[in-house]
Amino acid sequence: MSEAPRERDVKPGRLDADSYLELFSDLHPPLDRHEAHVEADRCYFCYDAPCMTACPTEIDIPLFIREISADNPLGAAKTIFDQNIFGGMCARVCPTETLCEQACVRELAEGKPVKIGLLQRYATDTAMAQNKHFYVRAPSTGKRVAVVGAGPAGLACAHRLAMRGHEVDVYEAREKAGGLNEYGIAAYKTPENFAQAEVDYITAIGGITIHEGKALGRDIALERLTRDYDAVFLGMGLAGVNALGDADAEAEGSLDAVGWIRDLRQTTDLSTVPVGRRVVVIGGGMTAVDAAVQAKSLGADEVTICYRGPKERMKASEYEQEIAKIRGVTVRYGMLPKRMIASGGVVTGMEFERDGERVVIECDEVMKAIGQSFTPEALNGSGPSITLERGRIRVDAEGRTSMDKVWAGGDCVNAGDDLTVTAVAQGRDAAESIHTMLSSGAS
Amino acid sequence: MANLSTEFLGIRSPNPFWLASAPPTDKQYNVERAFEAGWGGVVWKTLGEAGPPVVNVNGPRYGAIWGADRRLLGLNNIELITDRDLEVNLREIKEVKRKWPDRAMIVSLMVPCEEEPWKKILARVEETGADGVELNFGCPHGMSERGMGSAVGQVPEYIEMVARWCKQHTRMPVIVKLTPNITDIRKPAEAAKRGGADAVSLINTINSITAVDLDNFAPEPTIDGKGSHGGYCGPAVKPIALSMVSEIARNPETHGLPISGIGGVTTWRDAAEFIALGCGSVQVCTAAMTYGFKIVQEMIAGLSNYMDEKGYESIEDFRGKAVPNVTDWQYLNLNYVTKARIDQDLCIKCGRCHIACEDTSHQAITNMVDGARHFEVIDEECVGCNMCVNVCPVEGCISMEPIAGVDPRTKKPVDPDYANWTTHPNNPAVWAKEAAE
Ligand SMILES: Cc1cc2nc3c(=O)[nH]c(=O)nc-3n(C[C@H](O)[C@H](O)[C@H](O)COP(=O)(O)OP(=O)(O)OC[C@H]3O[C@@H](n4cnc5c(N)ncnc54)[C@H](O)[C@@H]3O)c2cc1C
Ligand SMILES: Cc1cc2nc3c(=O)[nH]c(=O)nc-3n(C[C@H](O)[C@H](O)[C@H](O)COP(=O)(O)O)c2cc1C
Ligand code: SF4
Ligand code: SF4
Ligand code: SF4
Repeated sequence: MSEAPRERDVKPGRLDADSYLELFSDLHPPLDRHEAHVEADRCYFCYDAPCMTACPTEIDIPLFIREISADNPLGAAKTIFDQNIFGGMCARVCPTETLCEQACVRELAEGKPVKIGLLQRYATDTAMAQNKHFYVRAPSTGKRVAVVGAGPAGLACAHRLAMRGHEVDVYEAREKAGGLNEYGIAAYKTPENFAQAEVDYITAIGGITIHEGKALGRDIALERLTRDYDAVFLGMGLAGVNALGDADAEAEGSLDAVGWIRDLRQTTDLSTVPVGRRVVVIGGGMTAVDAAVQAKSLGADEVTICYRGPKERMKASEYEQEIAKIRGVTVRYGMLPKRMIASGGVVTGMEFERDGERVVIECDEVMKAIGQSFTPEALNGSGPSITLERGRIRVDAEGRTSMDKVWAGGDCVNAGDDLTVTAVAQGRDAAESIHTMLSSGAS
Repeated sequence: MANLSTEFLGIRSPNPFWLASAPPTDKQYNVERAFEAGWGGVVWKTLGEAGPPVVNVNGPRYGAIWGADRRLLGLNNIELITDRDLEVNLREIKEVKRKWPDRAMIVSLMVPCEEEPWKKILARVEETGADGVELNFGCPHGMSERGMGSAVGQVPEYIEMVARWCKQHTRMPVIVKLTPNITDIRKPAEAAKRGGADAVSLINTINSITAVDLDNFAPEPTIDGKGSHGGYCGPAVKPIALSMVSEIARNPETHGLPISGIGGVTTWRDAAEFIALGCGSVQVCTAAMTYGFKIVQEMIAGLSNYMDEKGYESIEDFRGKAVPNVTDWQYLNLNYVTKARIDQDLCIKCGRCHIACEDTSHQAITNMVDGARHFEVIDEECVGCNMCVNVCPVEGCISMEPIAGVDPRTKKPVDPDYANWTTHPNNPAVWAKEAAE
C-alpha cells in the first residue's frame, strides 16, 4: 500500500446498452422443438433411472423425456409439475451437473449427459406459454393453514395444500413473493421476470392468499398463527448474513453480496447500477460466483473470487466455477481474509493470508458472500421456542418441528443443501404431512 | 486389393452395386450421375408399353417411419412405373449404354399379361444394346389393380408363362423380379425357373401404410383426404428380404438359380450379407434416395476392406457361404447352451437389460446387489434368449457365452454332442415312432 491514495472508481453505465442485454441474457438459451426432439432421442429410458434418484423432487425424468419424444410436451410438463411445481425455475437454476445430469448414464458412457435441465425447461415453458394448468383443487376441507415465507419452500407447500382442498394464507416479509427466486438467483439464469410469472402460474390454482409486507416477529406472531390456523409451515429461508468478523470494516464499498444481488435483481435498468472497477468477492458458494459474474457483467474490470479453502472444497460446483472463469472472473484459493483496508471511510483493498504469506488485493469494492444464517428471533420473539439444530430449525423426515402443528422446510431447516429444488421438495412433503394430519382429524 | 467386379448372367459390372429400378434410374441425367459416382450398374425404371404413359398422383407419394434423430428406417411409396414416354426412355438407355459400356444396363419391364405386348417391347429394348431385362412382377400398388405387377407376381402360373414368352422372344438374359406380398416365396421363384428365367431378383416393395393422420383420419401419404397402401422399402425390410433370398437359395428346386438381392441395402455390410446368402449382385433404391449416389463409395470401400481382411479375392470367394448354415428350426442343436455375460467395465447401469428380462423374459438379471445398483446375470434363470443383448445400449457389453458342465438352470449336465428336436424325447413324432417300433 505504498502507492498514493487513488481515486475510488465506482460508477454505473460502464457498458453500452447492447452489452448489458447480451451479458444478462439467458445463460442457456432454450431448446426449440427440433433441438428438444434430438436431445430427447438420446435418453435410454433407464429402469429405476439414476437421474430420477438424483433429483431431490424425484421427477420421473425418463417418462417426461419420452413424452417429449412422443411430441407430448404438455404431458411432459404435467409429469414434471406432479413432483415439482417449480419445475420451470428448477430447470433454470438447478446445478444439474451435480444432480440429475451427473447421475445420467450417458455421463458415464460418454461424458455427455442428456440435457435434462434444458428438456425440463422445454416442457414447462411450453405449458406455461400456453397458460395450461393441470391441477384442480379438491373439495374444500374447511381447514386453514398459514405459511410463512413466499419462497420456493413456502409456495410449494401452499400449492400442494391448496390442491388438497385447504385454504392457505402466505405471510411474506418482502414486497414481492418468490423468495430468492425473485431476490437472489442470478439475473442471467432467470431473465424476463420469470420468477413473478411463475408465482402467478403456481397461485392460479386458487385458495392461496399471499399477504406481502407481513413479517413474522414484526407484524405477526407465531402464537397467533398456531391459534388461528389448523397448521403452520415455516419457509422463511435465511434472513441473516454471516459476518467477516474482525477482518471486516465499516467502510463505503464493503458490501453484503446477497443484499447487493437483491438490489441488482430489482433494478429495471442495469446501466444505473454502480460497480467498482476492481471487485473482490469473498466466499466459495453460489452466491460468491453469482455476485462475481454479475459484477463482471456490469463492466467491472477485475473481479477476483477469494476462497479460503482449496479448490475441491469450494461449494460452487466445478461447472459454476467454470462459468465464472469463462466470464473473466479470477478465482483464487487458500485466501484467508485478514483485514479490510480502507482509507477515509472508503474501501481500497483487502488483505489475505495465503500459505502464511500476506497478500493484498487493491479494489474498489469488497463483496462478502460467506454464507447466510437463520435468524431465530422471528420465532422466539413471538412464541414458545422451537428447537434449533446447528443454527437452523430442527425437523423430522416429514418436516415437523418440535412444536405442535408447526412444520418447516427450505433453507431455514437443518436438513437441506440450500438449493431451490430441495426447498420445493421439503415444502411439498410437509404439505402432504400436514394434509395427512388434517385429514385424520387430529388437529 | 480385392476385385469387386462381377459377372452376373454374363453381364459384367465393375462392382456388385446396382441401382434398383426406381426414381434413381428413371432418366439419363440420374443414371449418368450414378455412374459417375461409381455404381456398377442400373436397372432402368420400369417401362410400360408404347402409347400414352401412365400418370402419377400429383400429391405426395411417399410416407416414412423414422428411428432416433429422424433417421429414415422405412419408406413407403405409391409411385407407378415410369411416367415418361417410351421412346424417350429407349433413346436415353441406348445413349447411356453407349457412353458407359462397362456398366450393367438392365431394363425393367411391365406390360399387360399377353404375349404380343411382351414380344413388342422386348424387340425395342434389344435395339438399345441393353444387357438384360428384368420383369417387374412386384409393384404392389396401382399397376396391380390393372392386372400387372404383383397381380402377376402372385400367380406362379402367370410368372412361368410370361417368363417363357420372354425367353422365346429375346436373346437377352431375363431376370424375374419377385413380389414379397405372397405367403411362400419359393413358389414364384420355382415358376420363374420353370419358365426359363435366367435369374430372380427380390424383393420388390411390401404392402404398407406407414401412418394414419390423426387429424384427417386418412392414411399417409394423404392425397386430398384419401390414401391407399403403398410399397414399403428401406432398412426396415432387409430382414424380410434376407429371409426370402435364403429360402430360394436353399430350396433344392431353385438352388443355384442366380439371385440379385434387393431390400434395405444401405451399407457394404448389408450388401455382403446378401452376397453371403448367394446373391450375385445387389440392388439399392432407398439408401440412394435418402443420401444420394455418393453412398456407393462407402459400399465399395467397405466391401473391399472386408474382403481384404478375410483374404477373399473376388465376390465368388464368399458368395453363398452362408447358405448351408440356413436350416430349419428342427435341426438346431438343442445341446448348445449359452448364458448372457455382462462386462461390468462397459456397463453404464441403465437397467434396460434388467427390466427387459424382469418384465418380459425370465427374471434373470439383478438390479441391486448388496444395496448397490448392479446388473448381473443369474445363471440359474437365464435361458440364453439374447433379449438383453438387443436392448443394451452399449455394443459388446453383454455377450452370449456357451457353457459346458452343468447348466445351473436345468441342473443337468450339458451334453457336448449335437442333438436336435427330431430326436428329442418331448417330440410327439418321436413317441409315435417309438410306439410303431
Ligand atoms: C445469491 C444466491 C444464488 C443462488 N443460486 C441458486 C441457484 O442457482 N440454484 C439453486 O438451486 N439455488 C440457488 N440458491 C439457493 C436457493 O435460492 C435457496 O436454497 C432457496 O431459495 C431456498 O428457498 P426457501 O423457500 O427456503 O427460502 P427463500 O427463497 O429464502 O424464501 C424465504 C422467504 O421468506 C421470507 N421471509 C423471511 N423471513 C420472514 C419472516 N420473518 N416473515 C415472513 N417472511 C419471511 C423471505 O422474504 C423470502 O421471501 C441461491 C441463493 C443465493 C443467495
Ligand atoms: C419410389 C419408388 C419407385 C419404385 N418403382 C419401381 C419400379 O418402377 N419398378 C420396380 O421394379 N421396382 C420399383 N421400386 C422398388 C425398388 O426397385 C426396390 O425393389 C425396393 O425399393 C426395395 O429396395 P430398397 O430397400 O433398397 O429401396 C420402387 C421403389 C420406390 C421407393
Ligand atoms: S439417466 Fe440419462 S439416459 Fe437414463 S433415463 Fe435419465 S436422462 Fe435418460
Ligand atoms: S439372455 Fe434372455 S433370459 Fe438370459 S438374461 Fe438375457 S434376456 Fe434374460
Ligand atoms: S443394458 Fe447394458 S449398459 Fe444397461 S445395465 Fe444392462 S448391461 Fe449395463
